[in-house]
Amino acid sequence: MAHSYTPGLTVADRMVVRRRRLLPLPGSVLVKMGDRVRSDLAVACAELPGKVYPINLANQLSIAPDEIKDYLVKKEGDAVQKDEILAENKPLIKWFKTEIRSPVAGTIESLSEVTGQVLLREPPRVLNLLAYIDGTVVETIPRQGVVVEAHCSLVQGIFGIGGEVWGELLVAVATPDEPLEPGHLIPEMKGKIVVGGAFLPAETMAKAKELGIAGLVVGGIHDKDLRALLGYDLGVAITGTEQVGFTLILTEGFGTIPMASKTFRLLSAHTGQKASISGATQIRAGVIRPEIIIPRTGASTDLPTDFQRTGIRLGDSVRVIRDPLFGKIGEVSALPSDLASIPTESEVRVLEVTFANGARAVIPRTNIEVIEGSS
Amino acid sequence: MTAAASVPPKIDRPLNVIVATDCGSTTTKAILIEKVGGEYRQTYRGEAPTTVEAPFEDVTRGVLNAIAEIEELSKRKILDGDQIITPCRDAQTGVDMYISTSSAGGGLQMMVTGVVQNMTGESAQRAALGAGAIVIDVLASNDGRLPHEKIERIRSMRPDMILMSGGTDGGAVTHVVEMAEYIAAADPRPRFGVTYKLPLIYAGNKDAQSQVKKILGDKTALEITDNIRPVLEKEYLAPARNKIHDLFLEHVMQQAPGYKKLIDMAGAPIMPTPAAVGLIMETIARREHLNLIGVDIGGATTDVFSVFDGVFNRTVSANLGMSYSISNVLAEAKLANIMRWVPFTIDEQTLRNRIKNKMIRPTTIPQTLDELQIEHAIAREALRLALIHHKSLATGLKGVQQERTISDVFEQQTSGRTLIDMRKLNLIVGSGGILSHAPRRIQSMLMMVDAYEPVGCTMLSVDSIFMMPHLGVLSTIDEKAATDVFVRDCMIYLGTCVAPIGQGKDGDTCADYAITFADGRTVKDRLFFGDLRHYPLESGAKAAMTMHPAKSIDAGAGPGAPVTREVLGGVVGVLLDGRGRPLQLPAEPSARVAALNKWFDAVDLYPKD
Repeated sequence: MAHSYTPGLTVADRMVVRRRRLLPLPGSVLVKMGDRVRSDLAVACAELPGKVYPINLANQLSIAPDEIKDYLVKKEGDAVQKDEILAENKPLIKWFKTEIRSPVAGTIESLSEVTGQVLLREPPRVLNLLAYIDGTVVETIPRQGVVVEAHCSLVQGIFGIGGEVWGELLVAVATPDEPLEPGHLIPEMKGKIVVGGAFLPAETMAKAKELGIAGLVVGGIHDKDLRALLGYDLGVAITGTEQVGFTLILTEGFGTIPMASKTFRLLSAHTGQKASISGATQIRAGVIRPEIIIPRTGASTDLPTDFQRTGIRLGDSVRVIRDPLFGKIGEVSALPSDLASIPTESEVRVLEVTFANGARAVIPRTNIEVIEGSS
Repeated sequence: MTAAASVPPKIDRPLNVIVATDCGSTTTKAILIEKVGGEYRQTYRGEAPTTVEAPFEDVTRGVLNAIAEIEELSKRKILDGDQIITPCRDAQTGVDMYISTSSAGGGLQMMVTGVVQNMTGESAQRAALGAGAIVIDVLASNDGRLPHEKIERIRSMRPDMILMSGGTDGGAVTHVVEMAEYIAAADPRPRFGVTYKLPLIYAGNKDAQSQVKKILGDKTALEITDNIRPVLEKEYLAPARNKIHDLFLEHVMQQAPGYKKLIDMAGAPIMPTPAAVGLIMETIARREHLNLIGVDIGGATTDVFSVFDGVFNRTVSANLGMSYSISNVLAEAKLANIMRWVPFTIDEQTLRNRIKNKMIRPTTIPQTLDELQIEHAIAREALRLALIHHKSLATGLKGVQQERTISDVFEQQTSGRTLIDMRKLNLIVGSGGILSHAPRRIQSMLMMVDAYEPVGCTMLSVDSIFMMPHLGVLSTIDEKAATDVFVRDCMIYLGTCVAPIGQGKDGDTCADYAITFADGRTVKDRLFFGDLRHYPLESGAKAAMTMHPAKSIDAGAGPGAPVTREVLGGVVGVLLDGRGRPLQLPAEPSARVAALNKWFDAVDLYPKD
């Protein structure tokens, strides 16, 4: 049988993360190896080519495509202003004169005597790539970007929406099973990252948007509230570009699910500190998880950069990730090697989990995930 | 150089032991095929996580791990460090050949362009799909988008390859040149690799070749091939498909981590997984003279293949699947359509949350019966939607002038009708985890029957352990070996579904029937509307069936006409479906739940609580 197991989410108080910051197209790197950077510093920039506007001059002037050069006022490579004349005819009677004006400011990129088209391109737009996390540049990739390293605490979520934001981390609830109600949010939380407990109701989302809260981290939400927030039914878990007013990270899943106490403890221990978060999620090959990175001051040595595992072990802390015990957290107490029959009649590899109240359950191995990382 | 890239080599040594892998998005599956007493059999299998991504970033790691599992189970030494030992050194060392397919890293993603959307646009789409690609967009001069919107779209996509078509040979060049200008202006970049040029195949009007070359020759890795629609009445897809395979190997796969090594390891060209599955489907249809529909329902995508009257078609529904894309099935099918297959009541919020939780933890499996039934309900809808998509693309050529006689006056049909004729369908082949690994085979059979609503007599089968890709690529090297394994180890015949066409009230007579088994035993009975009946008939066995349908009901020979057919057995047997065609379920929830439970009990679909 395969050795595969469900990789867990990392919840680690001390580790080193490296984030590749790459431009979408070649540009310039603005920092050098060893530079200390802050999350909002531009580390690289590129010029995004401007939008292209095709104009069919032949059609508009009612001429053959190979005649367009005779009617052009401008030539290939020339700069044009908005509403400046690009081409015109020269009729005998002035009333019949037709002038074609440029709909945008830019340059004439190309002319075609086959199609009679002129392609206008708007000026390029400068794209600044920010560092995202406070850390040190440990690698520069010429014309493409950099790798930033940070000594930090790291919490991976299971699902998120929205892009990269940063701000002060605040825990708004007292326990991990408490829902984040609208009353927990106050105007002073503007621009900050607020941690809730088991559930985020729709009313709290609305209030967060109203107050300008930068990010929300909670155990779970209802799918119907996500649909209302996005305005559509999310089909595949590839996210990160949504613009709903804040970045949202779920640590457990959909429904009302208390945040794992290890996660809640770690986030509570760093309340008041700066955190960088990203809701980008990609649950396919090349998994990307949403994350909360809390940079630590004062570098330490010999911290892990990744948790390499060989499989599930007795005593591992695990989360059940499928009904009927979805969201429960316990410890692995037995790892039988033989296949076992489950109520669906499937023969699968299972393990036994013991929960905090002493109850035990036999669960398919694929239906648990290891809670990874040091604490 | 390109001409030879996808051509399988001639093998002059005997092939007695073959190891084959399929590098999927998440799992690399390896099988060992051995010649045992003159016949090829699949003997061992192993699997390991695919290693295209960090931290390994080398697909061959997963391949070697999967083969190492086979080594362990078979006690045959296949690996020498990171090398596969070929050919066999002795009875227990090495293999004669290693072959592979791949869909890792999201498969082959293509953008296609045409001039008229439902003519050259569709032909280009069929060429790309047939070559095993996922088509991420079809751009055409008449697709309703403004020129600058087209350019923005081309720019925002990151395809692995572009296929350009448009115009018949000798026709106007303007529109196809215009599309080339849009592509040049957009300057599209490939999905992988910053430094290499995007492969682009031009398969349009040959008169525009020189202009396309002038516009795109420097900006892309341009390849020119024969026009896919040289004249309106003819579609000529083979050269474009072959070129896609060549460029897939030469450009796209060279960018994926470890593929250079994989290509060197393999004794035959690496094929995209769906192309290999399509090849084996075509082979079955040709060999058995069948019309068939094949489906491979995966975690992220559902591929549908069909061969009707010798014409092969493939489509991929890129966002219909049972794990990564499960939530999209809900979004596309809508909740009510999924709920109609669930034999109990459940509130919408709970169901929605459960589906989303499966989406974010796609490797989990149903642990309870109700969870299994929900997944089977979703699978029915994914299969149904994927077939609708397939029907819309597997069509005759559109825009073609038709010759008609006076007898056609009363049944004039437009050109471009779907080729999928359920009355002519002989066989449905199912593949993919939800069908291949259903705890009871009858569950796979009923999922496909409910989704596809076969009419008349239709055979159904499933792929035992998902080895069709391996056999597809093997068939290019040794058709006998592929056929042997396919018949003996891959295909599991489920049985025959007999479904008269027509509708009636529950309890009305649908048909009288008699089934005579090989041992001479005869069962005579009446099938009522709303009935589902199951008669065991083992694999390889045949029975004679006579059906006298009610007056307005068609059992295959016209309304009310009796039909006598030979029906074939399988691990399930014969299923008589009196639920009507089109199949209708009660609208009222409690009546629907009662009807589902009656049908499920009638065929012993699930264990009793």
